[in-house]
Amino acid sequence: MLLLEGIRKSYREPNGARLPVLDVPRFAIGECEQVVLLGRSGCGKTTLLHVIAGITRADAGKIKFDGRDVARFSEAGLDRYRAAKIGYVFQTFNLLPAFNALENVLLGMTFVRGLKDPERARRLLDRVGLAHRWHHKPSAMSVGEQQRVAVARALANRPRLLLADEPTANVDPANQQNIIDLIRATCDEDRIALLMVTHSNEVAEQFSRRERLDEINQIAQAHGGAA
Amino acid sequence: MSLWRIALRSIQHRLFPSLLTMISMALGVTLVVVVLSVHGVMQESFTSNASLGYNMIVGAKGGKLQLTLNTVYYLSSPVENIPYEYYLEFLTADQRDREITTAVRVEAEAIRQAMAGFDLLGSPAVGLAPASLLGGMIAEQALERGAARHLDRGRPGKFAIYTEFALPVCLGDYLGNFRVVGTVPELFERLRYGEDSEKKYAFKAGRNFQRHSEDHGYFEAVLGSTVARELKLKVGDPIAPAHGSVDGHKHAQQFTVVGILAPTGTPNDRAAFINMEGFYLMEEHAEPVPTKTESEKSADGDPATADGGASVEPPVAAEQPFVLPRAESSSIPLPLEQRKVTSLLVLSKQRGALSLQYLVGKGKDAQAIFPLQEILSLFTFIVTPLQRALLFLTAMICVVSGTSILVSIYNSMSERKREIAVIRALGAGRSTVMTIILLESIILAIGGGLIGWTLGHSLNAAASGQIEEYTGVSLGFFDLAPGLKMGDLFEMASTSGVWEWKISPEVVVLPALILLAIGSGFLPALSAYRTDVSRSLGS
Repeated sequence: MLLLEGIRKSYREPNGARLPVLDVPRFAIGECEQVVLLGRSGCGKTTLLHVIAGITRADAGKIKFDGRDVARFSEAGLDRYRAAKIGYVFQTFNLLPAFNALENVLLGMTFVRGLKDPERARRLLDRVGLAHRWHHKPSAMSVGEQQRVAVARALANRPRLLLADEPTANVDPANQQNIIDLIRATCDEDRIALLMVTHSNEVAEQFSRRERLDEINQIAQAHGGAA
Repeated sequence: MSLWRIALRSIQHRLFPSLLTMISMALGVTLVVVVLSVHGVMQESFTSNASLGYNMIVGAKGGKLQLTLNTVYYLSSPVENIPYEYYLEFLTADQRDREITTAVRVEAEAIRQAMAGFDLLGSPAVGLAPASLLGGMIAEQALERGAARHLDRGRPGKFAIYTEFALPVCLGDYLGNFRVVGTVPELFERLRYGEDSEKKYAFKAGRNFQRHSEDHGYFEAVLGSTVARELKLKVGDPIAPAHGSVDGHKHAQQFTVVGILAPTGTPNDRAAFINMEGFYLMEEHAEPVPTKTESEKSADGDPATADGGASVEPPVAAEQPFVLPRAESSSIPLPLEQRKVTSLLVLSKQRGALSLQYLVGKGKDAQAIFPLQEILSLFTFIVTPLQRALLFLTAMICVVSGTSILVSIYNSMSERKREIAVIRALGAGRSTVMTIILLESIILAIGGGLIGWTLGHSLNAAASGQIEEYTGVSLGFFDLAPGLKMGDLFEMASTSGVWEWKISPEVVVLPALILLAIGSGFLPALSAYRTDVSRSLGS
């Protein structure tokens, strides 16, 4: 389903020099596959997810999604691809504070043409156990509840691939496992592929396919796995 | 979820700063509404005052503007008077003869009554005719002779062929702070007001005054609506004008209010009208008895001689007319030669205006002016710049209001970068987030605009009584600012086509203001458009 080939990404430093962050010769995820990427902070995990989601463009390489090279998409094409194919769970949830739980979930389907289904948004909230809290704003919810709303929002657009960026990093230990279970179960049920990045071995051990980012990213290798 | 809802939620989330922005916008719009109303009311008031029902004023030579301000607006310091004969020269032969004959008969009757006093003292048994009868006959003959010499009868006034009507006006006295106008009852029948001179003067209470009434003799008055309200006067009340100035001594002679005019929005609302016959009978209003020689009269510009002798025979001799010894506050009308008028309101015949102006101006002591010209030049030099200043103020308010929205939204952009990045990460395009920001400025602009419009019109409605009182322009809550010609609004000189259409400036300026406010949301919207999603999510 997703194939990354020769992906390179660097950032320009204030002094004008380029700072390479990613160099991934090859990385693939199959249909409905659940993959965990293990890596320490600063090794390029978030950048890789941004490149896959089309949030940022790679300097070089191919990102083939269902055989089409996302790297060649126009700006608007990338927006459509992201809206239709990708679900994204952020480390810091990134719920919009102005909206209540239901509206945050609805926001996940607002930008997909022809997909305006408040009932589905309610069902998703029900699935994450927050049907009774639909009218609450993020500020009135616990951290764990906020992340569950974020998961519901990421699933709202019926994505093909769910990208989860350290989804439990800001959640208390009691809720960490709940969140992992929730994400994996919903992906299973909806036949959604999952790519989760984490620095937690405990989380990684629960996945049958585990990858170390410093093994697939040659930049991280060059820095001795410290990147 | 619609983009409108996203924008609205965003505004609700930043309620306090959004409210401040809206209030700033609302105050701007309020000011615009008020300024446009003031502007429109000034314009409309001018237009309606420009329709006087007459086209010329004849008065003493001197400042034209002063004569206009005095006669039309009852403002400025008093001007010199002109002889009553001038008035008679604007009348037809019938009217003129009637004026002279009436004056002679009334005077003769007064002498007869005075001589009757001798009957009581003398004895009718001696076989002589009663003194009153004899005296009356002598007096009438003397007056007739004097009048015939002085004011030859049987001819039309020399300006009559150019004149539709002429109404005499005597100024100089005050009632409280308001001018007293001595005039004839026909004034309210002849004059019109309103933009197209279509409205007749109407009475809110009572009736018009009469030249002589059974109840009040020559001493009836009609009050303008403002005078009646401010001085709390009603029909039946007595009034005593003050002589010469606001704080002048009060005349002993009182007038009775017989009518109160309905509001007209013209300066006549602020005037007290009294019967001219009564005006002449108040102390110090009679001119000294003329004792001049013919050559002196001629040198003074007597109309009979000073006009170049167009159609009037000069008096044949410098004979002093019979003068009745009169007490102050007499009820006997003043002889014609002791009368003067401040000005004449003249409606010329269609093609007679310029001839009339030329003929009157040829004499030494009178001039005929076109008040509209004077009013127009007054407005061109004083009021138009003021109106332009108001419009400039309006434009500045628009800019300030727009800028307040720009500053408010732009300031919020830095804290919203992450929010915008999240929306982009969820699949919104650059143009979508830009649209959301623009929608926010639309909501703020329209919300502020509506609040401001309501506030401005509430102020207009609250002040509508006073506005109507001073200008005659009615301005209710739902009334837009009085209309201006498109040409005036856009400073276009053309006087044809669409530039002649009259529209309320609110119809143009308020949408323009809202567009400006929306436009000012463009800069922050552009900032949203350019948001670096990856960096903002990582920050």
